[in-house]
Amino acid sequence: MTTTSTPTPAAKAAGATADYLDQRTGIGVVVKTFARKIFPDHWSFLLGEIALYSFVTILISGVFLTMFFVPSMGETTYTGPWSSMQGVEMSQAFSSTLRLSFEVRGGLLMRQVHHWAALIFMAAIVTHMMRVFFTGAFRKPRELNWVVGFTLLILGMLAGFSGYSLPDDVLSGNGLRIADGVIKAVPLIGSYTSYFVFGGEFPGQELIPRLFTVHVLLIPALILALIGLHLLFVVLHKHTQYPGSGRTEKNVVGYPVLPVYAAKAGGFFFVVFGVIALMGATMSINAVWNYGPYDPSPVSAGAQPDWYMLFLEGSLRLMPGQAEFVTWGGYTVSANIIIPAMIVPGILFTMLAAYPFIEAAVTGDRREHHILDRPRNRPFRTAFGVSIVVAFFILALAGSNDLIATHFHLSINDITWAFRVLIFVGPWLSFVITKRICLGLQRKDRELVLHGHETGRIVRFASGEYIEVHKPLDAHERWLRVQHEAIRPLEIEPAEDSRGVRRKGYALDRMRQRVSQVFYEDRVEPVTPAELTASHSHGEHDALEADVHEPTQVGGGSHLVEPDAETGVEGRNPQI
Amino acid sequence: MSTHDTHSHELEPHGDGTLPDRFENPGHPEHHQRLGDLDPKANKKAERQVLALFTVSVVGTIAFAVAYFALGDPTTDPTKIASATRTENLWLGLTLAFALLGIGTGAVHWAKTLMNDHEMSEERHAIASDAESREAALQALQDGAEDSGISRRGALKGAVIGALALFPITIALPLIGNIGGDWNVGKLKHTMWKKGTRLARDPSGRAIKASDVTIGSVFHVIPENLEEAEHPLDEKAKAVVLLIRLDPRDIKSEQGEGWSYDGIVAYSKICTHVGCPVALYEQQTHHLLCPCHQSTFDVADSAKVVFGPAKRALPQLPITIDDEGYLIAQSDFHEPVGPSFWERKK
Repeated sequence: MTTTSTPTPAAKAAGATADYLDQRTGIGVVVKTFARKIFPDHWSFLLGEIALYSFVTILISGVFLTMFFVPSMGETTYTGPWSSMQGVEMSQAFSSTLRLSFEVRGGLLMRQVHHWAALIFMAAIVTHMMRVFFTGAFRKPRELNWVVGFTLLILGMLAGFSGYSLPDDVLSGNGLRIADGVIKAVPLIGSYTSYFVFGGEFPGQELIPRLFTVHVLLIPALILALIGLHLLFVVLHKHTQYPGSGRTEKNVVGYPVLPVYAAKAGGFFFVVFGVIALMGATMSINAVWNYGPYDPSPVSAGAQPDWYMLFLEGSLRLMPGQAEFVTWGGYTVSANIIIPAMIVPGILFTMLAAYPFIEAAVTGDRREHHILDRPRNRPFRTAFGVSIVVAFFILALAGSNDLIATHFHLSINDITWAFRVLIFVGPWLSFVITKRICLGLQRKDRELVLHGHETGRIVRFASGEYIEVHKPLDAHERWLRVQHEAIRPLEIEPAEDSRGVRRKGYALDRMRQRVSQVFYEDRVEPVTPAELTASHSHGEHDALEADVHEPTQVGGGSHLVEPDAETGVEGRNPQI
Repeated sequence: MSTHDTHSHELEPHGDGTLPDRFENPGHPEHHQRLGDLDPKANKKAERQVLALFTVSVVGTIAFAVAYFALGDPTTDPTKIASATRTENLWLGLTLAFALLGIGTGAVHWAKTLMNDHEMSEERHAIASDAESREAALQALQDGAEDSGISRRGALKGAVIGALALFPITIALPLIGNIGGDWNVGKLKHTMWKKGTRLARDPSGRAIKASDVTIGSVFHVIPENLEEAEHPLDEKAKAVVLLIRLDPRDIKSEQGEGWSYDGIVAYSKICTHVGCPVALYEQQTHHLLCPCHQSTFDVADSAKVVFGPAKRALPQLPITIDDEGYLIAQSDFHEPVGPSFWERKK
């Protein structure tokens, strides 16, 4: 560390560069503010990072692909090395995809990396969103960032769909055909919208170049801008943290950007990219040379869209056709398509996007929240989230009903019927079960705090009674289980005042109370110091010295030992 | 910061004998030393591991370059292109993965084992700006509005809003005018089939004689003159037909009197749900299944829907034979083929 007194040439150069930059940008203030900014640590915070890094991977591999891909529906005859396609008429888009796969060296790897990264991008977004939802990280002041994230989810789906349609193969062509059918179902403007998208009749000559622009310019630009906004909000709000000793609403506990997160997060980018490269190396994806170029006539059975579009496919498959009808005046309303492709996903996604605002309205909570909820402590929210996830999951399974039928030798009709029932029963059932599980876990927490850990040490009293010695939780273990606030349903003023006059606004209050009861009626309150003391004093007179185990008295109650007696080498009790 | 002994005093009542309503946050837990912090040998070992991981990356990159040149162009031998491509993909991918994972795991391992792991705490500040700033912001906006004089000059306000609202028309008009092609959605209601168009095999385009079609067989059919169309793919997307010969006694109904020829029926191949090709035929039950969403149609009974999300039967193409025994269309379809749209019956 002699650099301060006699700077090395490298240090001198660095200093000069820093000075040059600072005189022109004033970057010193930024570095001062952010270089040692604290971020909390938790594995679940990595999910959003995976999304970001897989997006960077997509950008890198995507730029590579654009160098060789020809976004044109112009007809050409294949003359390349892949023999089964030789002499086949195809679009230049498909032909250049074959060239990318066989003739551009490393091109197939980049194609596979690009596609796998897209699947992982979506999976990371969805799981990251689940983490944010179930821990209540969307609460004030982060509601707007939730909406930004939600928009990124939608854009990610559009990016994926517009991307896997580009090779102009049979599989993606049929996907576009389905999209066309769905667009045409829109009342009043459906056929015009279809013409708008396809530049005339399906499939037309325009779609691939249009999709290309959307896929490589429009959507990535929006995604990049929104990612920037998303991260700006994260910096502005500072990261949320899980509850724990020493963590409060007023602080953020963790490690500094420099050097820990620079190394960890920077390194993690390479890990994500590396895993995706491994997938691209070993797992084939979208082998379009087996499908052939798009032609409106052939189709393969067992065709699936990419996983994040499966719910739409499943929704379409489940809907019985009878819903289509002709209005008075002879106009056709394709409710058999509008309901599953627009209304059902519309409801699910709207609920998702609006949830932070709904919860805030119901709770009447205007405070800022930086400490995350443990999902069990918010039974309604957790159960609601699980039921939405289950609804999407059932729809996704229904989108694979033909594969389920062939793999398990079941009737496709029976499977479809089972899913038609499940889509109503499943979310409801999972709501009820999840809520019970949450309440059960909360009771378990109470039990632990009040009575301590089972030690497995059985003691016999002089009277012949056997008891198991319980070891109380240390302050840190206990804090995790008592730190939350149990939200109680709204209490409102009575309908009539003391003189029996009906109060204005009572009906509205009553409604708000009802909703609030739906959210918070069932709850388990955290243990209070008074309760713990009561529980201790109950067993106080028969408390045992841990190292003596002298039976003193017959009777129930908890038998406590002091935690110190049981602590391990590092001075803390092992977490059980 | 050792707090594991707070248990007892926390439960002590306040001076007045009451207990607090809630537990107190016990404060930061004690810091745990890592093995590397205590044992210089472990520390040195971790350093060597990090070094090794970065070395793996360098070796990976070199191996990538070696593989790139050593494997050579896979297209040189067309007979082995599949295996050569697979080999190349595997080697390039694996070496790339090593190059990346070496850096990634090295950096993470460094951070976890060697960098300072003392948790730090930083204060949060209120997100909202303070009252003074808000006041000043409001004032700035008011001053700005005042200086522009927008509140006093109503006509100007209207003119600005009007001009801003109208100018996008200059971009939208030509865009919307051209983006939908000729905007003639009436084309959705017609196909290439005309009286006398021969039915031909897809994709060869060879015309089909009625005598070629044995009972139970299925033909994928296009109009014989499909390639003459300006945009064959667009026409094909509407005109493809499935031709099936049934035992005439099995035919329960048809969509029109005399639309079949000697048990040979022709139905649109485009699903009436969202337009996938209805490609799977089950000979025993005469059912056609759409592989996309499993709409099922009964060919023996006017191709009516027996299961799935489609509502309408597949439109039937009226057929007969010409003098030479070739199957020909009697006319176009009598209703629009494919997915439903708002004005399809108009």
